Amino acid sequence: MKYSKDKSLKDKKIIKKFSYSKYKYGFYSKIKSEKFPKGINEKIIYLLSKKRKEPKWMYEWRLKAFKIWKNLSPPKWGNIDNKNIDFQKIIYYSGIKKNDKSIEPELKNTFKKLGIPMEEKDFFLKKKTSIDFVLDSVSVKTTFKKELKKNGIIFCSINKAIKNYPDLVKKYIGSVVPQNDNFYSALNSCIFSDGSFCYIPKGIKCPMELSTYFRINEGGIGQFERTLLIADENSYVSYLEGCTAPQRNENQLHTAVVELIALKKAEIKYSTIQNWFPGKNKDEGVFNFVTKRGICYEKSKISWTQIETGSAITWKYPSCILKGNNSIGEFYSIALTKDYQQADTGTKMIHIGKNTKSIIISKGISSCFSKNSYRGLVKILNSAKKSKNFSQCDSLLIGKNCSSHTFPTIYINNNSSKVEHEAFTSKVSEEQIFYCEQRGIEKERAISLIISGFGKKILNKLPMEFAIEAKNLLEISLENTIG
Amino acid sequence: MLNIDNLHSSIKKKKILNGVFLKIKKGEIHAIMGPNGSGKSTLSFVIAGNKNYKILNGNIFFYKKNITYFSAEKRSHLGIFLSFQNPMEIEGLTLNNFIKNSLESINKKSINTIEIIKKMKRNADIINFNHNFFSRSINIGFSGGEKKKSEIFQMMMIQPKLAIIDEIDSGLDIDSLKDISNGINFLIKKKKTSILIITHYQRILNYITPDYVHIFMNGKIIKSGNKELSKFIDKNGYDWIK
Ligand SMILES: Nc1ncnc2c1ncn2[C@@H]1O[C@H](COP(=O)(O)OP(=O)(O)OP(=O)(O)O)[C@@H](O)[C@H]1O
Ligand SMILES: [Mg+2]
Repeated sequence: MKYSKDKSLKDKKIIKKFSYSKYKYGFYSKIKSEKFPKGINEKIIYLLSKKRKEPKWMYEWRLKAFKIWKNLSPPKWGNIDNKNIDFQKIIYYSGIKKNDKSIEPELKNTFKKLGIPMEEKDFFLKKKTSIDFVLDSVSVKTTFKKELKKNGIIFCSINKAIKNYPDLVKKYIGSVVPQNDNFYSALNSCIFSDGSFCYIPKGIKCPMELSTYFRINEGGIGQFERTLLIADENSYVSYLEGCTAPQRNENQLHTAVVELIALKKAEIKYSTIQNWFPGKNKDEGVFNFVTKRGICYEKSKISWTQIETGSAITWKYPSCILKGNNSIGEFYSIALTKDYQQADTGTKMIHIGKNTKSIIISKGISSCFSKNSYRGLVKILNSAKKSKNFSQCDSLLIGKNCSSHTFPTIYINNNSSKVEHEAFTSKVSEEQIFYCEQRGIEKERAISLIISGFGKKILNKLPMEFAIEAKNLLEISLENTIG
Repeated sequence: MLNIDNLHSSIKKKKILNGVFLKIKKGEIHAIMGPNGSGKSTLSFVIAGNKNYKILNGNIFFYKKNITYFSAEKRSHLGIFLSFQNPMEIEGLTLNNFIKNSLESINKKSINTIEIIKKMKRNADIINFNHNFFSRSINIGFSGGEKKKSEIFQMMMIQPKLAIIDEIDSGLDIDSLKDISNGINFLIKKKKTSILIITHYQRILNYITPDYVHIFMNGKIIKSGNKELSKFIDKNGYDWIK
């Protein structure tokens, strides 16, 4: 916390806070890009596959997905209202021209404005993070690739992986989230343009954080990314994704599929800080329809941590299939909604192996007119003897016009397993705020303190470098939400 | 330092304060006694600047400044402290962090955490307040007495010019009562803090000697006197006044 003695400066700051400038990343970068015509059909898929110089098997895989998708319709069970999306009015590809030197300065400028350290020297004396930057439909840069390679770690765009490591990709893509899993996974499977690929070899503990930054820049486009992360036996990786988009007066679509594979005794820690443009009214902001799932083999562990503050609509359930005996799945989430945002998010924990454990801690924070739902499934199969789940779903309401909902579903098919579920709803009360103000703490700061207190358990799960960023993000997002 | 002049106030259209007059000088100790629901806590909230209470008439002056419409935060910065009858709970916010934020806001500068902890330990020891409470969520799971101690502890950390202490003695065992009185007296000696203590019992006034005792009824002070008055109330209640 910094204080300025100059009062006029402080006043200016307050005025700025109250004008509409809440979304910090709403700028647009003028970067020349090539776009496909609107709509999706076999020809567009062919064009995409050709543009990305893909092998034939990939093209065929996409076509198969397209056939599936044509026969599906968008799921209606989410606790969200949205107008129907016309999938033929979306541009499915917008990419920078390869080897176009003229875009370099603006690209650099974009990194700088977003505060993303894309130069290796940015990490002088700091803990390193390797970053893959995906702008609209393509990955534009990945840092520290060489250093990672020394350990046999592969971290590159999925497009490169398809060409350079086809065996790995072929083996695992669609193995956790099949093409026909749902409407959006099918759509993603036919038209995904890029994303990140990561492979950690046996026995390797990844020496730095891996991270992908997703940025939607152009208007009218949808971003369809695919992430595939494989942790081989006895390995460890911590991975983080961040997302932002310019402020536009239209809804934009983001449809991702993320698949994690944790082989025997491997551990994957996957964190998300999602801050897509939320929109100022119902006709703006990003629609975020995401399918994320991991599979755990024997004694392995997958831990999802998400801080969801952006998007007009969030539809997202990072899940774990606990296939191997003694495997562990964790889900830690803060979903914050304000204005007209709607979030329907949660997790699925499918216990198959013996002695498997899962933990779910979900914290929903809603304010203004927003709608915030937790949707969770804990399924313990007959084979999963002596399994355990603990779930805690808390909600915090700010103001009177928002709503929060929980939809937990639990199936237990053996009697040696144990499930515990807790849920609380609380309110940021005027009395709490007055208590803080009486102690000299200004209202906005008081709300921040109450919010971070509420989300503390989750924030503590993030890698240290990002915990502070996430905390700030929560605090900024909630400025002026109390009347 | 504090001058309350003909204060009228209401909440939810219900009139509670009906013309309060009260002057407190630096270093003075005033006690207010009065029946349940007579408006004592309301008075403390209005002095502290709780905006839920509407000011219908009258003024509050603090060191000659008219603070009637100042925000609660600003009044706190000027040196007014309220020890709540029912302190609030805040999940995940540690007492430690709460006090740090409070002191930084009041002093308008960042303060070294180690320094604060040192000071916290010193103050806590004066009132036998266990250090384990520092890292616990504020008031969550504190017993009634512990909450009261935590209020006095915060007061000792903040060192206000005026402390309004609302029913600190209700529900305290005799040892805790002594501890808390030690804390209040420590502040009085060290900072010449003025005290406005709201109580139902004369017991605490054996430890904190008031210069004045006021009887509060139907939203105003109807009688003032010295320590003897509190003894009389203890014996005879309020009926004789009516
Ligand atoms: N927020 C509120 N809404 C409605 N009525 C209120 C509110 N706050 C106070 N009152 C009413 O105002 C009156 C005075 O309350 P107050 O708490 O000031 O009394 P008190 O003198 O402190 O009583 P006690 O000795 O029991 O603490 C009571 O009748 C109470 O019900
Ligand atoms: Mg009271």
